[in-house]
Amino acid sequence: MRTTGTVQKTETVPIQSSSDVVVVRQRVRAWTTDMKFSLVEQTKIITAASELGRNTLEHGGGGKMELSLVVNGARQGIQLCFSDQGPGIADIAQALKDGYSTGQGMGLGLSGSKRLMNEFEIDSKPGVGTSITAIRWK
Amino acid sequence: MERIPILRMGNYLLVTIQVDMHDKLALTLQDDLTNRITEVNAKGVLIDISSLEIVDSFIGRTLANIASMAKVLDAETVVVGMQPAVAITLVELGMSLPGIRTALNVESGMEYLRETVTGHEESDEDDGDSTED
Amino acid sequence: MSKLLSAIQQNREWVLQDWVQRLRQAVRRRDLISDRELESEASEIFSVIDSVPAGTTLEDFGSAGWQPLKEMLAALSISRATAGFTPSETAIFVLSLKPTLFALARQNWSKDANDLFVEVSVANDFVDKLALYTTDSYIHGRDQVIARQQEEMLELSTPVVTLWDGIVALPLIGTLDSARTQVVMESLLQAIVQTNSRFAIIDITGVPTVDTLVAQHLLKTITAARLMGAECIISGIRPQIAQTIVHLGINLEDVITKAKLSDAFRLALERSGRKVTRADKANGSVAAAPRGV
Repeated sequence: MRTTGTVQKTETVPIQSSSDVVVVRQRVRAWTTDMKFSLVEQTKIITAASELGRNTLEHGGGGKMELSLVVNGARQGIQLCFSDQGPGIADIAQALKDGYSTGQGMGLGLSGSKRLMNEFEIDSKPGVGTSITAIRWK
Repeated sequence: MERIPILRMGNYLLVTIQVDMHDKLALTLQDDLTNRITEVNAKGVLIDISSLEIVDSFIGRTLANIASMAKVLDAETVVVGMQPAVAITLVELGMSLPGIRTALNVESGMEYLRETVTGHEESDEDDGDSTED
Repeated sequence: MSKLLSAIQQNREWVLQDWVQRLRQAVRRRDLISDRELESEASEIFSVIDSVPAGTTLEDFGSAGWQPLKEMLAALSISRATAGFTPSETAIFVLSLKPTLFALARQNWSKDANDLFVEVSVANDFVDKLALYTTDSYIHGRDQVIARQQEEMLELSTPVVTLWDGIVALPLIGTLDSARTQVVMESLLQAIVQTNSRFAIIDITGVPTVDTLVAQHLLKTITAARLMGAECIISGIRPQIAQTIVHLGINLEDVITKAKLSDAFRLALERSGRKVTRADKANGSVAAAPRGV
């Protein structure tokens, strides 16, 4: 991902089961509360994290989330990076379409969480894995 | 195993979701609820989500599924108490849950159920013309 | 290394007096600041310059020794910005120290052109840095003022009013941009919860234009309200806006629209099982229900 800011601190949360997705939500909540995001912004970021965490679990077969505080000039933001060593996404443009789904969801996981964040980038190689990085600025 | 309690009030089932639900728990609730509807021959289901801090696409889909399944089993579902921030996020996510009935709180949800479920049996006149709330 | 700093410290009385003299001539804002305040500010700043820890040089403005001076300048600029001084008036306060330091250099090193040049350029650099720092802080202070005003305006522009038990209305006035619509949306939804209202009327009589983005925000608000269990009615759509909506292809089919706020209010009353009737004067009863709505 192109550098959009300097990373100040990070935390890693493993994602191996559906209860880990709950931990992902709780950690993102703690971070966004500390960073004094508004309630609506917090809810958006946590929801995006929940979608992406589930994506990592279901399509990537588990992986991890890396939370970071990014700073770009006077702006502060939270960066969520989800990575797995799963089968990867063959057609990223297709995966980002509303209603496209390989799993049981409604196909809003990726496209929806993209709308909830300010910056969104998918890096995926079939057979190697996927990493999704999303930032929301304050 | 962890379960979300289902309360029975006459013809209605009442569920208050208070925990941060993981996906399996949501699916268990879906199973339990459909079983209970047939067991007690429930006519209405009220799901209170006022303490839920987020509803993502999975929980949203589970709620929609519960409503459709209940419908098939001849029960009305009403989801009550969604927080403004949750509603805004859900809309932004792209979910408007068109098949789900909603109400502001448990009280107005129960009122809705009473009107739609028992309305046909009890009132022999058309909608009241009184100014009663 | 420059000898200017020690010269300043040796001639502190004279330097301060000369600076204050120049300030009096330069800063002509007696409506905002009195001579006496100006003098005391100058002497405070001067005493900080005077008492920098040993080893601090004029050439190195980034060193820790100058931190107290920076803090003082920042506080001064922010208070200037709030009080209504212009940026140049604020900068002149510091810049008028320059001729004083030049004069001091001239007194001390006029015999050697090389020395004089070195000291003058050190004084020049130092005062310039002070002035730039002051201007930066001034702008920062001004930004804070603007941000606060923006926030206050947004709050002012979203008056959610209760029309009846369970019916709220949001009369929108002025151009809706994306940021404002967002705030409007949040405060309306918040008001729905607080007042436990099943009906919310969004009146856009005072909105001159609606573009696609604003229409989308309105639609999102309506959907979000529905998810919470409340129904929205849009009223006051003007003919031009109706045309725009159709031309832009915005789908308002699932939305209840009414021409006037009063029509929307009547609909909300009806839906909540109420009826407005004119009180019969012959019976001597007092009109309790609002008429003409």
